[in-house]
Amino acid sequence: MSVALETAGLCKTFGALTVANAIDFRLERGARHALIGPNGAGKTTFVNLVTGALSPSSGRILLEGDDVTALPQAQRVKRGLARTFQLNTLFRGLSVLENVCMAIGERLGVAGEMHRPAGSRRAVVDEGYHALERLGLAEDALRLVRELPYGRQRLVELAVALGLEPKVLLLDEPAAGVPSAESGIIVETIESLPAEIALLIIEHDMDLVFRLARRITVLVQGGVLVEGTPQEIAADPRVREVYLGEHAGR
Amino acid sequence: MRLGTAGRDTAPPAVEALLRRHRLRAWELAPWLVAVAVYFIFPGYLALGAQILISILFALSIDLILGYAGIITLGQSAFFGAGAYAAGLLAAHGWGEPLSGLVVGGLVGAALGLVSGAIILRTQGLSLLMLTLVIAVMLQEAANKAGSITGGADGLQGMEVWPLFGVFHFGLYGRTAYLYSLAVLFLAWLLARRLVHSPFGRSLTGIRENEARMHAIGSPVFRRRLVIYTIAAAFAGVAGALLAETTQFVALEVLGFERSGSALVMLIIGGVGRLYGAFIGVPIYMIAQDRFAQADPVYWDFWIGLLLILVVVFARGGLIGSIEQLLHRFRRRR
Repeated sequence: MSVALETAGLCKTFGALTVANAIDFRLERGARHALIGPNGAGKTTFVNLVTGALSPSSGRILLEGDDVTALPQAQRVKRGLARTFQLNTLFRGLSVLENVCMAIGERLGVAGEMHRPAGSRRAVVDEGYHALERLGLAEDALRLVRELPYGRQRLVELAVALGLEPKVLLLDEPAAGVPSAESGIIVETIESLPAEIALLIIEHDMDLVFRLARRITVLVQGGVLVEGTPQEIAADPRVREVYLGEHAGR
Repeated sequence: MRLGTAGRDTAPPAVEALLRRHRLRAWELAPWLVAVAVYFIFPGYLALGAQILISILFALSIDLILGYAGIITLGQSAFFGAGAYAAGLLAAHGWGEPLSGLVVGGLVGAALGLVSGAIILRTQGLSLLMLTLVIAVMLQEAANKAGSITGGADGLQGMEVWPLFGVFHFGLYGRTAYLYSLAVLFLAWLLARRLVHSPFGRSLTGIRENEARMHAIGSPVFRRRLVIYTIAAAFAGVAGALLAETTQFVALEVLGFERSGSALVMLIIGGVGRLYGAFIGVPIYMIAQDRFAQADPVYWDFWIGLLLILVVVFARGGLIGSIEQLLHRFRRRR
C-alpha cells in the first residue's frame, strides 16, 4: 500500500485524436513527482482524467489501491484526491476566507447543513483563517478574490486545495502567471507541505521542477516517454530532443 | 488544526465578519412593517395586496434557484400551477380546509420539482432553460386537455374554501386573504433566509460562482441543485395554493410561462440573489401595472420594458444592488 495513485493503461480519445495513450503511472506515497512535457502533451488531460473531470476511454485509476475509475469527482475528493487548476478556478465574488472555508466545510461533511447558519461553525472559520495565516493571506481574508492580484489568487488556489487535507495533491502549474517576486512563497509552501502527501506537479518552469521533484515523468503526445530521477531525465537524449527548441537556451 | 489561543473575544475581524453575517439587521424588518401598515392605511386595496404578497412568494422561489444556485428557469409556473390545482381540486371536492390545502399544494409542487429536476438538471444553460419551459407548457396543455377534472379553459369551478381556523372567512374585502398571505410569506421568508445563510445555501452560491471548483472540493453539485430545486418548487406550490384559496378560483393561466417570465422581470428589477429583490421588484411592477395598465396596456408594456433595459444596463444587481452601491460609497466617504 505504498502507492498513493496509480493509472493502468489509461486512454482518452476524442474521435480520431488520442490525448492519453495507455498511460501507466505510479505515484508513491509521499512522492515529489513532476509531470513535464511540451505544450499539448496531454498533461492537463491526465489531471482531468485522474480527478474525474473527464472519463477515460479505457484503463483504470487506482487511489490507495482502490479502483476509482467509475467514481464521480466528488467521491474521489472525499478519498483524499485534490487538485489546483492551471487557471485560477475560484469563487471570485466571495471573500478569500470563505473560499477556503467552503473547502473545509465540504471536507468535514458539514457543507450540506441547512438548519444552522454557516457562521455558527466556528471551527471551520477558525481553521480557514489559520490556513490563510500560514500562507500569508490573513490580511486579505475579507477581500473578494477578484480584487486580489493574480499571484495572490494563486495562493488562494493552493489554500483551497490544502483545506481538503489531501493525501494526493495534483498541482497544475502552481506558479504559472505569477511574478517572480511572489512565486517564492508558492514554492516555499509546496516545499513545506507535510511529507506524507503525495505530490504531482505539472510544470513548465524547469528550475521549479528540478528544485521540487525527486522523480520526473515526461509526457509526449499523450504517452509516457520516460520516467526517472531529475539527473536521469536531464541526461536523457530523447528528452533533450523533445525539448530542443523550446528550452534550447538552457 | 484549531488554534486554542484565538479566544472567543479576540477573533480577527475577518473571522468575526463571517460569524456575524447571518444576524438579522434592523432594515430587514422594514418590508414587514410596511406590509402591516398597508393593512391599516389602504383597506380598499387588500385584494391587490394579497396578490402582491403571493407574487412575492413566487418570485422568492425563483430567487432561491436562479439567484443562489444559478439555475436559469422559465418554468417555475409549472409548480405554481400544480400547487394551485392541488389546493383547488381539494376544495372543489369537499375538503376546503385552507392550511392543509397549502401543505398539499407545497407537497405536489415539491414532488413535481423533484421528478422533473432529476431529469432536466443534468443539462445546463440554454438546454436547461428550454426544458424548464417545456415542462410548464406540457403541464398547461395537459391541464387543458383534462377538462373534466380541471375545467379546462373555463377554469376550475365550485371551489369552497372553509374559513381559516374555522373562524375567519375569506370575505369580499380580502382582509383574511391579505393577513393569511402575509403570514405565509413571512414564514417562507424566515425559512428562505435561514436556508441561504446555512452552509447548504453558501454552497449553492459556490455552485453559482464556480461549478468546476465545487466539483474539485468534493461537493455533490447535482444533489445540492436538485434539493434546492425541489424546495423552490415547494415554495411555488404553496404560492399557487395560496392564490387558489384566496381567489377561490383556478384558471389555466396559473401554469402559463408568462407568469414565470413576468416574475423573472420583477425579480431582475428588484435584484437577483439578494433575497429582498422580490420584496421591491414585485410591488413596483404590480402597483404600476394596476395604476397604468388599465388605461393603456400596450404603453404599459413599453414602460416596463424600458425600465428593465435600464436596470440591466445601468444597475446590475437591480434596485437593491444600486442601493447597496450607494450605501457603500456613502460609507467610504465618511
